[in-house]
Amino acid sequence: MQLKKRSREVAEVPQAGMADIAFLLLIFFLVVTTIDVDTGIGMQLPPPPDPDQEPPPIRERNLMNILVNARGQILINEERASLPEVRQLVIDFVDNANRAQDPNLSEDPRQAIVSIKTDRQTPYETYIDMLDEVIGAYRQLRDEASMREFGITYRQYQARVSREDNIIREMYPQNISLAEPDPGT
Amino acid sequence: MSKFQKKQAKTKQQVPTAAMPDIIFMLLIFFMVVTVLREVELQVRVDFTRADNIEKIEQKRLVSYVYIGPEILGGGRYGDTRVQIDDALIDDIYAIRRLMYDKLMEEPRLIVSLRVDQLSEMGIVSDVQQELREAGTLRINYSTLRGDQAPM
Repeated sequence: MQLKKRSREVAEVPQAGMADIAFLLLIFFLVVTTIDVDTGIGMQLPPPPDPDQEPPPIRERNLMNILVNARGQILINEERASLPEVRQLVIDFVDNANRAQDPNLSEDPRQAIVSIKTDRQTPYETYIDMLDEVIGAYRQLRDEASMREFGITYRQYQARVSREDNIIREMYPQNISLAEPDPGT
Repeated sequence: MSKFQKKQAKTKQQVPTAAMPDIIFMLLIFFMVVTVLREVELQVRVDFTRADNIEKIEQKRLVSYVYIGPEILGGGRYGDTRVQIDDALIDDIYAIRRLMYDKLMEEPRLIVSLRVDQLSEMGIVSDVQQELREAGTLRINYSTLRGDQAPM
């Protein structure tokens, strides 16, 4: 009877090694984990075209045509341009109502559409550089508007209001149209 | 007297290690939750391009990836530009439509992240985009690095 009791006392789970096992697992997950954040340019694609419905008419002055060919040469509304110029050209075009009021540029930022068209052979990198400039132009416009209206940067403003209440976004909607590329040669 | 002193010295020197496994387990559970093990085996090369005006994707669970780049043939050689979704190369580009539609049904707020090699041509990217439009997955994201970031 006494012997039995003693054997029951010995049957304890050894706890000393548990920390080591946990450490090993911890180190494994530490090594495996990559806390990288996905970054990129967010875009909203248009819904598929309805064959029965004609696309709404757009006045020519509200449309900015950007063409990028396979060699990275840029044509904006039939005129040649270089990549560093693009940002200012887009700003002038979109915000025409508050700036030069040129009759050939957009009537209103809300109606302005920037269309980017490439060749099928255009490298992706060139296209992204172009898109980056256009989005940079919009960001600058929104930043300026936010500074003017609220005295804070657009990023701060965006953090404070919900998407529906964002009037700066409404003022400068990012109307970027991605045209189907030309077959090229 | 001497016996008593000896005993006291012994108890003083012990560090309590009973709670250590709990602490370690807590760290362990944290890292287990954070870790995303579902990294796919890339069969195409994807060298990201760079851009400055980029945004973060906060909700990683909504993201589905489409990889576009030259197929890796091994031995440092690359084949034609191919499209990879999840773990499979896509042979028929029109199959993307159905694949993406199924994903959209599972997750209505789906964001498609296009991870495109910087030297790919726009033709194939545009074809994929047309398929995404047909599928109804309209929120996309062109994966890029920040302009000043070191290459991966």
